[in-house]
Amino acid sequence: MIRSEIIRDIAPILRDQLVVCNIGLPSQELHMIDDQASNFYMLGTMGLSSSIGLGLALAQDKTVISIDGDGSVLTNFGTLPTIANNVADNFILLIVDNGSYGSTGDQPTYAGQKTSLAAVAKACGCETVIECQAEETGAVLKAAIESQKMSVIVSKCESGNIKVPVITKDPVVIRDRFMTEVARRNA
Amino acid sequence: MSVSEKIVADFVANGIEFVTTVPCKQLGGVIDAVEKEPSIYHIPSNKEDEGMGLCAGAFMGGKRPAIIMQNTAIGVTVNTLVTLTQFYRMPLPMLISYRGELKEPVACQVEMAVHTKALLNQLNIPTYHFHKSGDEEELDAILKYTFMCNKPVAILTDATFWGGY
Repeated sequence: MIRSEIIRDIAPILRDQLVVCNIGLPSQELHMIDDQASNFYMLGTMGLSSSIGLGLALAQDKTVISIDGDGSVLTNFGTLPTIANNVADNFILLIVDNGSYGSTGDQPTYAGQKTSLAAVAKACGCETVIECQAEETGAVLKAAIESQKMSVIVSKCESGNIKVPVITKDPVVIRDRFMTEVARRNA
Repeated sequence: MSVSEKIVADFVANGIEFVTTVPCKQLGGVIDAVEKEPSIYHIPSNKEDEGMGLCAGAFMGGKRPAIIMQNTAIGVTVNTLVTLTQFYRMPLPMLISYRGELKEPVACQVEMAVHTKALLNQLNIPTYHFHKSGDEEELDAILKYTFMCNKPVAILTDATFWGGY
C-alpha cells in the first residue's frame, strides 16, 4: 500500500475529526479524495503539521489528527518531546512512514534505513506509540480515537505517488473555512 | 509591578491564553511571569518555527497566541513566517530580545543584530523597538493592533530597555 491508498482507506474516519494535513502530496491527495471543511491543508512550511495539530488540540476539545510524514518529522524532530510533555488526549499524530521524501521525488529518508521513528517517539516520552502496517492503519486509528489517549501512530507503507492536482484554494479561505468548522463542532 | 509582570498583564488583558517560549536570559523574567500566570497555557518549544506552528494551531482553535524568543530566531523562522503566519493571515505577537545591541557582551550576537531590522523590514513585519524604560507603555496598543490586522508583529526589546545584562 502507498500513502494515497492509506488516505483513501481512512478518509471515512478522518471526516468526523479535525485534520491537519502535511505539505505537498498528502494534502493534495486528501483534498482530491475527500475535501472537507474539517481539513486544514498545509500549502507550505515542511515539518509543522504535528506542531499545528498539537496547538489546535490544546486550544479546544475535539479530536485532532495530524497527518505527517517520516521526512517531515525528521525535519522537526523537536516536536516529539514537546508532544510528550504537553499531553493532549485529543491529539493523534499519524506518521505515514514510507521511508522516502515522496513530494520531492522519493529520495530515501533515514526513517527507511536505521532510524525508527516509533523508538524515537518512545524515547522522547510519548506514552502511546503504535507502529503498524499500512493495511492496519484504519483499525489502529479508530482505536486511538476511541481510547481518548494521546497517540502516535507510525504507519509503515510503500513509497510511491499518484498524479494529483495542486491545491489552488486561497490559504485564507482554507483557514477561515477550517476555523468556522472548528468553532461549529465546539459549539 | 515589574516590567515583566506588566508585559504579561498586557497579554492577559488582550486575551492571550497560549504562549510559547524559547529561552533567553534577557526575557527570563517575562518567561517566569508567563509560567506563573494561571490564565496562560505556557508551552516551551525547542525551536522557534515549531513554536510558530503551535501558535498557528492554537489560533485556529480559538486561542490568542504569542511567542517569546531571541532575535536570532528571525534567521530561523523566515520560511514559517512567510508560508504559514503571513500566507494564512494569522496574528502573532513576537516579543523578542534584541541581542547584539548596546551593552552586549557577546560579539557573535552583533552579527544577527545587524540583520534583524533589515530582515523584519524585508518581510513587511510591523516592528516596534523598546529601547528606554517606559516604552512598554505601547505594548497594549501593539497587541490590539496585531489582533486587528492578523499579522505577525515584532516587539524588539534591547539591553538598554532591560537595564543591562
